[in-house]
This record gives sequence, C-alpha cells and structure tokens, in this order.
Amino acid sequence: MSTLNAIQLTGVSKSFDGFMALAQADFTAKWGEVHALLGENGAGKSSLMNIAAGLYAPESGSLFIDDNPVRLSGPRDASRYRIGMVHQHFKLVKPFSVAENILLGLPEQPGNAVRGSHRQRLRALEARIGEKAAELGFAIDPCQATESLSVAEQQRVEILKVLLAGARILILDEPTAVLTDQEAERLLETVRSFARQGAAVILVTHKMSDVKRFADRVTVMRGGRTIQTLDPQSVSIAELVRLTVGESATTHAHQPGTPGEERLRVRGLRSPEVGGHRVLNGIDLSLRAGEIYGIAGVGGNGQSELANALMGLPEPTEGDIELIGFGDLRRASSEQRRALRIACIPADRYGTALAGELSVAENFGVGQIHGGRYGSFFRLRRKRLEEDAAAAIAGFDVQGVRSLKQKAALLSGGNAQKLVIAREFSREPQLVLVHSPSRGLDVRATAAVHGRLRTARDAGAAVLVISEDLDEVLALADRIGVMNAGRIVAEFPHPADRQAIGKAMVTHE
Amino acid sequence: MDMIANWLGNTPDFAVPFALAALGLILTERAGVLALGAEGLMLVGALAGIGAQLAYGTPGVSLLLAMAAASVVSLLFALMVIVLRINQVIAGLALVFFCQGLTGLLGTLLEWTNKPVRGLGAIELWPLSELPLIGKVFVQNPLVFLTPLIFLAVVWLLTRTTTGLRLRAVGENPQAADAAGISVLGYRLVAILAGSALIGLAGGYISVLSTKLWIADMTGGRGWIAVALVIFARWSPWKALAGALLFGCIEALIPQLAAAGIRLPQYFVLMTPYAVTLAVMIWVASGKQVSGSQPGALGVPFIREERR
Repeated sequence: MSTLNAIQLTGVSKSFDGFMALAQADFTAKWGEVHALLGENGAGKSSLMNIAAGLYAPESGSLFIDDNPVRLSGPRDASRYRIGMVHQHFKLVKPFSVAENILLGLPEQPGNAVRGSHRQRLRALEARIGEKAAELGFAIDPCQATESLSVAEQQRVEILKVLLAGARILILDEPTAVLTDQEAERLLETVRSFARQGAAVILVTHKMSDVKRFADRVTVMRGGRTIQTLDPQSVSIAELVRLTVGESATTHAHQPGTPGEERLRVRGLRSPEVGGHRVLNGIDLSLRAGEIYGIAGVGGNGQSELANALMGLPEPTEGDIELIGFGDLRRASSEQRRALRIACIPADRYGTALAGELSVAENFGVGQIHGGRYGSFFRLRRKRLEEDAAAAIAGFDVQGVRSLKQKAALLSGGNAQKLVIAREFSREPQLVLVHSPSRGLDVRATAAVHGRLRTARDAGAAVLVISEDLDEVLALADRIGVMNAGRIVAEFPHPADRQAIGKAMVTHE
Repeated sequence: MDMIANWLGNTPDFAVPFALAALGLILTERAGVLALGAEGLMLVGALAGIGAQLAYGTPGVSLLLAMAAASVVSLLFALMVIVLRINQVIAGLALVFFCQGLTGLLGTLLEWTNKPVRGLGAIELWPLSELPLIGKVFVQNPLVFLTPLIFLAVVWLLTRTTTGLRLRAVGENPQAADAAGISVLGYRLVAILAGSALIGLAGGYISVLSTKLWIADMTGGRGWIAVALVIFARWSPWKALAGALLFGCIEALIPQLAAAGIRLPQYFVLMTPYAVTLAVMIWVASGKQVSGSQPGALGVPFIREERR
C-alpha cells in the first residue's frame, strides 16, 4: 500500500442559504485504501464529497490531488483528475440506454476516445462495457434503457460510468442504502478489490457494519465538522456510534403489540398482465388494529406497486382492497382518506410526500386544509398554522428548520421524513401505510421513526410497513409477510427466524 | 381537377415556414428550454430578410442574414432564461411582444413596408414535375427542396452524434449531464442560437421567397401554430414535418376556395388554421400517453448548487 495521499481536503467550509453545511472540514484518502466517511444525516458527508467531485465550489479551504494544490471548476475538471463520484440519487438520463449514459460521461481524451462515427463509438463502448461488467461480475445489457433497470442495476451503471471514464479516486455516496444484503456485500467486495489494485475508494455511509467490515480507515463527521480519523479495527461499533451521534443512542429491541380486530383486507390483488407477467400476482393479506405487519422482500418484487395501490397513487390493479367499515379503499378520495385518518408515508419523500417549493409550515398544514382548522375558502389562518407546525416540529424533533417559511426541499433526508411523519400523525391515524421509512436515515433518525410507528400501533392503529431492509422489518413487525414475485409467499409471526425469511425472499418456485 | 393540382402545388410553399420553425423549436426544446418566442423571432427573420433583399438583392445572403438576425435577438432570450433564470414562459411571451414592436417600428422607420422584392425562381424536379395532378408539387423554389435535407441534418445531429446525445441529456436530466461534465448552460445557449436561426429562416422564407414583401405582423400567428405543432409532434422532427404539411394543406386551401368562387366569411377562413390547431391539441391530449416524449427538464432552469 502506497502512503501517498490521493486526495486531501483541508479547512473546507460551505453554506447553503445561510446554513453552515461544512465548517473547517479536513479529509485525506490515500492510494490503495477504502476510506469510509461516517456520519449522521446532515453531517455534511455528501456536501464534502460533492466538493471533492467538483460539483460544489467551497467557500474556503483547499483541495490537493497527489499532494498538489488543485482548483476544480466543475465535474469535468474532476474527471480530468480522475475523480469519479457515484451519487446517492443517481445521475442517469432515464430514456437513454446504458451505453449512451456511459458515453455522456466519457472525457474527450485522445487515449479514451474511440475513433469513428457516433454509432461506431457506441458499438465499441458497448463491447468495453461488456468486458468491464464481466470483470466486475455485473450482469448488464449495455443496450437496455436505464429506466427499465432496477435500482441495484442502475447503481452498477453508475459505477461502470465512472470507472470507464478512467476514475482512480472513486467516491460512493451511500451505495448500500438501496441494496439488499447480498447485493451490498458483492458491491463492497468489488470496490475493495478495486482499491487493492492501487485506486482510492471513499465510502460515504452511515452503516457501522459496512465500515467495520470493508474500510481500511474511517473519518467520522458530525455537524459539518470532521471529528476524527481512525482504524475501524481498533474501535468498537459502540464507540463509532458514540463518535457519530455525539451521545449514546440505544437501539430498541422488539416490543410486541396487542392486535385487535381486522382493519384492512387485501384479496387477490393483481396488476394487469404485461408480456405474460404480472407485477402484482395475487396479494392476500390481512391487517389488524394494534399490530405492525411488515412486508419483507428483495426490491423489485412488487413492493412499490403494492405501496402505490394502498396509498392511493395511480396504480392499475384488480382484486379487493377492503377497508373494514368503508369498502374499497381505492374508491376513497384524498379527502375521505383524511377523514378516515389514514396516514401514508411514501418512499419518495421529496417527490410524493412533500412539495419541496412550499414552506415547512405549508407542507405541515396541507393535509388539514380542508378540515377548516386553518381557515375557510376565503381565509388562511397562517398564525394558527405556524403555531401548530412549530409545535409538531418540536414534538417530532425535526432539525435543520431555521424558519417555518423555509422551503421543505432544503431539509435533509431524515428531517424531511420526520416532517412527513409529523404531518401524517397529527390526527391519531387509524391506518398507517409506510414504505421504506428509514431509507437513507441515520441511527438516531431511524430510532425516532420506529418509535413513532410503535406509538401509533400502541394507540390502536393498524400499521403496514413495506421495507427492503430486513433488519427494519424484524425490529418493527409483529407479523412478517415475505413478498416474492408479486405475492406474499410466506408469513411469519414474531419472533421470526431470520434465515427462514431470507430463504423465502430468494426462493423461486 | 385544376383546383386540386394548384392546391397541392401550393401546399409546400405554405408548409415550409411551419416546418422550419417547428424544427428550430424542437432543437431548442430538446435541450430543455421552453421556446415560446417563435412568433417574434420569425418576424425578426422576415424583416431582416426583406432589408437585406432590398439592399443586396441576393436571396441566399438575405436568408442567411435573416437567420443571423434571429440568433442575435435570441441572445436576449438566452440572457433572460439561462443567466438570469427568468421563468421561460414569461421570457418567451415578452420576446414575442418585444419583437412585434421592434419589427413594426423598424419596418416603418426604414420604409421597407410594402416594397416588393424579387424572390427566387422555381426549380423543376424533372421528370416528377411532369406527373399528372401532383406535378406542381415538384415545381418549387430551392429552399422547399432544401427543407427535407435540413430536417435530415438536424435528425442526424440529434440521434446519430455525440453532440446530439449530450444536447438531449441536457434537456432530459441536466443534473446528470452536469455530473457527466457537460456544460449545461453552454449547450442550452447553443441550442437557443441554432434553433432561433432556423426560426429566423422560416420568417425569412415568408417575406423573401413567399410573399416577397414586408408588412408589419406578417407572420400572422404562424409561430404560435409551430409551437402547437411541436407538442402535437411529441418533439419528433419527422412528425413535425408531417404536421407542417397538414397545416400547409389547410392554408393553401383558403386561396383556392376563394378562387373557385366559394363564398365563405373572410374571418371564418382566417380563423381556420387556429381552429384546426385547437382541434389537434384536444385530439392529442385526449389520446393515450400524453406526456410521451416531452423532454424531462423542459422549462426548468438549471442551478447546480441547490439541494434537491
């Protein structure tokens, strides 16, 4: 292992809209190592790495590549210094093919450019993608449109994109957040062997286990500052948690609920047949008051479609979704859903759950705007709205709110999720529908979200949690249904056997 | 019979301005810039073309100057939407009204109004021009025959070159394009300038080759029809060409009806193309796949350093 520094950031500061995202952060990664950047949501990890990738310009501080001072004018400049970043929210042009997306990122260097016409370049690139994919053990068809790929496949395209562009400093922002255990394991093995070949890999994460198992060194960030750099083998997970959180946060063990009568019944729920295949292929499930029903499964087995159908998002389905005492849930208007006190926490916080351009207070109040609490058709009781919002924000520990008038889009992932929950839980929900509630959230935010779901259950709500994170389902659910190929293939009461669930998730009939 | 032959023969002449303007709009909008200013830029092209034609009398030069003039004026639009990130709808509308006023003023001040110019002679595509009924379709000025080639060139650029791939990436997902090291603002600027040049050419065609004189507001809403045409064609150049022919057909029918002695109220006749535009829009919107292939980031200004 070389001791030469690959990339070094010193005294970096950056603020957004007056909010200090980074304050005098220092970071150094060496050639040949996997360097983890660990921290909670909003600790400044992504901001720091966006500066390293040339996407943001720092307000102060300097950047060194190979110990030479460098100023990056943009991502193209970064790619010239062979820095490549795989973003948490993928930067792919959806209608384009895999090869076209990769071609976009290829720098125009004599050594890199394939000669000939656009078509010839694309064909040659497709061949190179095939080789590189085989080398990394990825199964990718370069001609496929990226919008038809699963999240894990899209991530592989992103990795191929930066590697084929010649990156030697590879930055991965929360790469395992969207992957299953097995997929994450394979990915991290791959990047570790890439580092062993002499490259530098920076792993932005909040998963302690990834750090312990795959990182050579770890730098901990908290509140926009870099706290400490250490060897992950020499510290315990508890110590790492203490460093990132700043105080000890305890993870809750499962506490069972006391189920009551049935509240939601789904029978034979199917999607329309497309090409001899149904995404949802006969879902049967029953949800009782006072229990949490968890749906586990590998991503892409129909979870999103099920969530859409239940949450009242556009999703063509046949079969029954019966809310006991009401009837077909799909026929309920948004207003009726509010009146029935159904709380929805969709997976896409910024796209579906919040209106990013509206203020925090408006996002909070929008759910009750028809109720009359915030005024009539002709009048908005802004003061009452802001008072309620302020109380909820304090009650649900939403941080990073400098003003109630601030845009909701400026909240970090965890705090955006807390705001959604604050709104949805403001009226004692009877039915709670949740999809991937802790995706991309840190330990403390996850614990807070889980606590809220348990509180709702204990107050008598029926809670349905759809999640691709098995740990989350195990921690929350009183009963677990395993979703595989559009059906609930097995059901496990608590306490469930992890191995048996894992087997049901991946077995194909 | 004669009437139909004349009608078909006149169709290309009416279709070309629609086609070129729509193509210019597609080029700009594929890069994610909503261009509503076509009507104004066509007027700029038309006036500049007539001015050059009165001064030099060379149609080729006049058309090139028409393109250049529209590009120069579109720099103002580019400044508004790319640099200042003003709402693109407002900026487009403002551009139209500005150009209408500017061209009306200059046309009067410079005394270019109602002065006939010599256009371009027709070329016959022999032996196609000898065909019965449709023969007259192949007796047209050179730009009519050049138009399909311009379409071919633009389609080639958009689909068969890396430049086109980048331009479409900028229009679909500017964040991804930016992360890939593509200059989003640079591509958008070039797309506005190039698209505006084509729109200017459409205007120059009307004044220099078609009516052969300048009258204030002579484009008469054709720029707006082109805007609708692009939506109708789902941003596909070939469909836009087909749509342009359809509208050309309708416009060419009006003088034929008058010549055939069919009495229709004048304003009803003048309204027809817009009524058809509305009908087509309603028809398209009521069909399936409304949001089909609209560029993903159309009308959205690009800012790099904003969270989400």
